[in-house]
Amino acid sequence: MSFPITLTVNGSAREILLDDPRVTLLDLLRERLDLTGSKKGCDRGQCGACTVLVDGRRVNSCLALAVSLDGAEVVTIEGLASGGELHPVQAAFLAHDGFQCGFCTPGQIMSAVGLLREGHAGDDPERVREGMSGNLCRCGAYQGITEAVLAAQGATARREDAA
Amino acid sequence: MNRFEYVRAGSVAEAVAAGAAPGAAYLAAGTNLLDLMKGGLATPATLVDVTRIPGLSAIESLPDGSTRIGALVRNSDLAHDPGFAARYPAVAEALLAGASAQLRNAATTAGNLMQRTRCPYFYDPASACNKREAGAGCAAIGGATRLHAVLGFSASCIAVHPSDLCVPLAALGAEVEIEGPAGSRTVSLTAFHRLPGDAPERDTVLEPGELIVAVRLPPEAAGFAAHARYLKVRERTSYAFALVSAAAMLRLDGGRIAEARLALGGLALKPWRAEAAERLLAGRAPDAAAFREAAEAALEGARPSGEATAFKIELARRIAVRALERALAGTPERVPALPASPFSAPLANPLPSSGAIAHA
Ligand SMILES: Cc1cc2nc3c(=O)[nH]c(=O)nc-3n(C[C@H](O)[C@H](O)[C@H](O)COP(=O)(O)OP(=O)(O)OC[C@H]3O[C@@H](n4cnc5c(N)ncnc54)[C@H](O)[C@@H]3O)c2cc1C
Ligand code: SF4
Ligand code: FES
Ligand code: FES
Repeated sequence: MSFPITLTVNGSAREILLDDPRVTLLDLLRERLDLTGSKKGCDRGQCGACTVLVDGRRVNSCLALAVSLDGAEVVTIEGLASGGELHPVQAAFLAHDGFQCGFCTPGQIMSAVGLLREGHAGDDPERVREGMSGNLCRCGAYQGITEAVLAAQGATARREDAA
Repeated sequence: MNRFEYVRAGSVAEAVAAGAAPGAAYLAAGTNLLDLMKGGLATPATLVDVTRIPGLSAIESLPDGSTRIGALVRNSDLAHDPGFAARYPAVAEALLAGASAQLRNAATTAGNLMQRTRCPYFYDPASACNKREAGAGCAAIGGATRLHAVLGFSASCIAVHPSDLCVPLAALGAEVEIEGPAGSRTVSLTAFHRLPGDAPERDTVLEPGELIVAVRLPPEAAGFAAHARYLKVRERTSYAFALVSAAAMLRLDGGRIAEARLALGGLALKPWRAEAAERLLAGRAPDAAAFREAAEAALEGARPSGEATAFKIELARRIAVRALERALAGTPERVPALPASPFSAPLANPLPSSGAIAHA
């Protein structure tokens, strides 16, 4: 049996025919839609490397069945920058050395975007660290990651003040 | 992962009909079930997707003062619902101390209740496990038991239930609303999870096809909001299951405890409500002696299921005392930056209704 589903991926509507209901969102993105930015670290919900936004919320794409998300809107790391301009969180990761090897980085950045949208951490480093605890970094770039998230939070707050 | 049929249920009736078929399993967010399927530990023939069923995603305040949490309410939505968190702060704190933000955004209320043990031998298909396969034996007994039970275990299984959410829910007298092939029924959360006995393969009292539709908190559960805490000891600061946890709630009246609630996590195959401790605290002055006696009562009958679990017994007593102390000091205005941390400082300015107690 095959399962036709519709997903909006990084702004464009995709009609997808799944030949097997076992496909996770992560495998769909990486293996079938050629969006390899989202990484497969553990495939078991433990590392956060596969974090994407589904309907605006950060989730682990490795523990979600694509067929179950029919109709959802998905944003991956590939969908963050607009034109040539980096998303403020991407820019902050560059400015603050929020990575070393870069493997965890797409997940970290998507998680940070989700965290800023949730709006519970504010400018409290402890809340940022706790809010980012679902993203492991084997290189231990946590110091830079926390600084980058705080800087992006500051930039977002300033933009909103100006608006 | 095994091959399976995928069915999307459009209503409770459709889900129950499909879920009653042999080999069928309900799929909510999948954060536990898919993990188990990837490990070959669950091999359902059919997945019945319940996430599209209308009417199961609301948090409702009922006219009698009780609260009804729909089975599909996501853990993060429940924890951050301002009305809910204000009335049941220990539940919000327990939710935010569990898993990660990504997992909580997906995980559902019913899925959290139904999550299976994290016993490492259960997760290892090469190890004998009575929970995975009835009668296979238990590799944990005599194995590495640091994470295992000290209460309610049996000769066939010494695992613990990993949920944080269930601990304060049990303390507050939560009830599970169930729809099934034989109609509706309601089961107290403390009777919902089964102790292992000689049938550890059954985690709960749910019969085939039975679907959780809601969890209900009774009217009196909101009476503890001013003095309610959840504390969780983990092997790392965040994003780890509980070694030991405690939910403590007090209703104070003129410097005395009118009513207390206490439940412990990480100790047994179900959230462990300590009713003897609650009775002992009622009417007492909230002091160190009363809290220690309550903790002793809560751990009555505890014994190590293996040498390495022995530490949990005294640790649990101390965490119970500390949770009671923190509850007495008053519910923080906001869930702390590090939810449920037993190491964070107690409140500097306890609410006026609380008595003084020395923090060692
Ligand atoms: C890395 C990691 C860390 C975690 N840490 C914690 C932690 O610290 N604390 C904690 O409490 N939890 C923790 N969890 C577990 C997490 O809370 C559960 O995976 C989650 O709550 C399950 O919800 P779900 O909606 O994804 O359920 P699913 O995975 O979809 O389902 C789980 C089970 O519930 C059944 N089910 C689902 N809905 C219903 C229903 N309505 N009626 C009857 N049965 C139903 C399913 O058939 C399945 O057996 C962690 C998980 C991971 C992966
Ligand atoms: S303790 Fe229970 S879950 Fe763990 S191996 Fe033994 S039977 Fe299985
Ligand atoms: S790959 Fe999804 S959490 Fe590790
Ligand atoms: S930068 Fe290497 S794993 Fe995080």
